[in-house]
Parts: sequence; structure tokens; C-alpha cells
Amino acid sequence: MFSKIATPIIAIIVFLGLWELLVWANGWPNFKMASPSDLPPAFWKYRELFFEMGWQTLWRTVVGLFLAVIVGTAIGMIIGFSRIARDALYPLLIGFNAIPKATLVPVISLLFIGQHDFNTILMAFMISFFPIAVSVGIGLSTLEPEYRDILRALGASRYTIFVKIALPKTLPEFFGALKVSATLAFIGTNLVEIVSPHGRGLGALFKSGETNGDYPLMFAVLIALAFLGIVLYYAVIFLERIFAGWADREAT
Amino acid sequence: MLDGLDMTVPEGTFAAVVGPSGCGKSTLTRLVAGLMTPDEGEVWLHGERVKGPRKTVGMAFQNPVLLEWRTILDNVILPLEIVAPRMPRADRVARAMELLEMVGLVGFENKRPSELSGGMRQRASLCRSLVHKPDVLIMDEPFGALDAFTREDLWQTMRDLRAAEPFTAVLITHDLRESVFLGDQVIVLSGRPARTQFVMDVDLPDDRTLDVLFTPKAADMLHVLRDQIKIAQGREVESH
Repeated sequence: MFSKIATPIIAIIVFLGLWELLVWANGWPNFKMASPSDLPPAFWKYRELFFEMGWQTLWRTVVGLFLAVIVGTAIGMIIGFSRIARDALYPLLIGFNAIPKATLVPVISLLFIGQHDFNTILMAFMISFFPIAVSVGIGLSTLEPEYRDILRALGASRYTIFVKIALPKTLPEFFGALKVSATLAFIGTNLVEIVSPHGRGLGALFKSGETNGDYPLMFAVLIALAFLGIVLYYAVIFLERIFAGWADREAT
Repeated sequence: MLDGLDMTVPEGTFAAVVGPSGCGKSTLTRLVAGLMTPDEGEVWLHGERVKGPRKTVGMAFQNPVLLEWRTILDNVILPLEIVAPRMPRADRVARAMELLEMVGLVGFENKRPSELSGGMRQRASLCRSLVHKPDVLIMDEPFGALDAFTREDLWQTMRDLRAAEPFTAVLITHDLRESVFLGDQVIVLSGRPARTQFVMDVDLPDDRTLDVLFTPKAADMLHVLRDQIKIAQGREVESH
């Protein structure tokens, strides 16, 4: 238990130490590259902004991710159950996912002018639903026929088979995808926050740091984002333990 | 797949079906279970034509297909949730425990499938296929993936289960000794398209033990069956 917490903390300290060393050894000034020792003052100086903006970023990301779970699962179910839908939707989905989402920022900000919250959530959603849709789709379409047959032979409905077998069996894949999506959603949120004029959230704070040449602030924002990403990731792991803990096997 | 396949399994008896690999034995199980409907011909169970799935059928496969997120007990209960949705939980548990006791799994009911050995999982799978008291049990090579000794243990478990609660059984297998030990009749299918090639009544006592397999009578039966399998395979070779 101790080593479970201590090991990552030591790894983080080593990482920060190397970073500090890199900046010190190269003699980089503050306006070129901030070092870890610059960060606590930056956090303290803007502490109220960090809490306010951090909250903004977090709730939009979580809402976007929540939408991604709902829509991604729905798409996954469609492509998982219907071969026609799979053939029809896969190229579209892959094509859409291949588009750099930064290029969509001007599109959606023009479509929904001034709807900053909505735009941000929409982007977080668009960037994070794909892994969920694909993993749920694959999980359902690769369900071994015997699993279906044990209930189908008794006359169970498709719905019953889905709820009792297909859905729980897909949960481990679903949570695997959700971990990827949770961090992707932050990228989506920040994309809009950084690019939109008069944005809010940590992305906007980053942007203001850039405008003012405040490198310590910019790096502090990045660290704050990383921190939120880790928090959300572990929240997903917590949910996974509850709902799909059975898939976790003791290492032997 | 199947053509000219004609077999009758008297109520309460055990039919073992053997045949060369790929001759459509699995198709046969799906037809009897009502998971497939035949293009031509009919399947009748207990005076009723099979048109679709029915609640009075139990199925067991080579893969025990236990649900990893359920305990052994809840896996065994699963069919009752479909067949008898209003049955109280206590009654379901009592029924499941009754079967788990017969197969020697008491004490493992709260374990997950991943914590059990292959033989134990197959035992649990058999309990699940019998929990709703089906009148027909269809088995598609249920012991095929087990080692030889575990397999023999499970044959005896199967024999005891039938002695306790009679049901009609159709067993698909590749193992001739298994077919003779468990079957009241052994049906040999020919290669593709499968038809009934040979039917043998197994004239051995109902409460047979493994020793019976070492008697000259059993050896003769095994020999006859082996020859029939050769013929079945030969047919397949000719048709290539």
C-alpha cells in the first residue's frame, strides 16, 4: 500500500528534478523556459484564478465526456449489432476522427457564436466519443455466439440478452476506452478555451500568460491541466473497480 | 449441412451422437435447441414441433461460457431469471445449491469462474443447464476440452445427475468411450452432408461404472463404432 502511493510520488519528484536540472544546466531564463521552482509562486499569485478557471475547465470536460459516453455507447451499440450500420458508419467515423479537431474550432465558433460553454463541451465531446464507440462496437460484435445462445435457447429477448450478457461483458473494454477518452476530452476543452477570443477556463488563462509573456504562469497552467487529467483518470479507475472489478485478476 | 438425418430419441433416454469432424453435429444441436430452423424436415420434441427456442431445453457447450462477473451461484441461477422471473430468490438459491451439491461444488458457490479449474467450471456449467429442470439436455462436446481423468469424473457426475433427475439427453461427442459409457444409444453420423449412418443400442446396465469400459462387451461395441467412424470418414474422402 505504501509503495503504491510512494512509487508514483518519487517518480514525479525525479521528473521535476530533471526538469529543474535541464533549465539550470542550460541557463535558460524565465522567458525561455520556466523551471519547476518558478511554479509555486505562479500558482500562489493567481490562486483564485486557478480555482475559478480550473473549475470551468473541469465541469465542461466532464459534461463533454458524459455526452461522449452516452452517444459513443449508442453508436457502439448500433455498429455492434448491425453489420449494415457497421459497414456504413465505420468509414464516416474514422474519417471524422482523422480530422484535426483544431480545424473545427472556427467552424463551431461561427455556428454557435458566443455560446462558449456549449462550444467547449461540444469539442470535448467530439474529440472523445470515438474510442468509446469503437470499443463498445467491437465488444458487442465479438461476443461469442455461445454466450448469446445460453439465453436465446430459453427464449430470452434481445433486450434481456443485451442487459444480462452483452452489456456487462463489454464493460472492461468500455472502461479501457473511457480512460483514453477522459484525457482526450481535456484536449478538446482546452482547444476551444485557448483559440476562442474571450475564452474562459484554464486554456484562457494559458492564453493570457502567453499574451503577457508570463512563462511561469503558462507552465503552471499546463501542470494544473495535467493534475486535472490525473484526477479524472483515477475517477474513471474508481468507477471501473466498482462496475468491472471482476475483470481484474490477481497477478500471479 | 445435414441431409437425410433421421434420429429418434425416446423420452428419458440418452443419445450420444458421434461422427467425423465437420459433419454438422453442432448444427444438429442448434436445430434441436430451436436456435435454427431446418430448411427441410422437422424437429419434434415431446409431441411438439420445434419452431423456435423453448424454455424446457438445457444447453451445454465445450466452452463452459460462465459469466465472469457473476459468482458460480449466480451463474447457475441465470436460466431461472429467464424461465421463472417471479420465483423468489431463496427458492432459486435452494435449487441451485441442490445441483451444486450433486456435482460437488458446495463451498465454491461464491467464487468467480476465474477462480475455478476447468473441470469445476464445466460442472457449474452443467448445473446451469439443468437448473430449470429442462426435459431435454443438449450437449455439444461438453467434456471435449478437459483432460482424460477429469473427463471420466464428469461422466460419472453426468450419470449421477440423470439418476437423480431423469431427462432426455443428446450428447455430441468425439469420444467413443464417452458415447458408450453415457449413451443408451449411439448414433453415428456420416461425413458431409450428414445423415444417420448407424445406430447402436448400448446394452449395458444403467448404473454402469467406469469398469464396464474394460469388459469384452464394451470393447466389442467400441470396435464396431470405430469401424463405423472409418466408414463415415471414408465417405468424406470419396466425396472430395
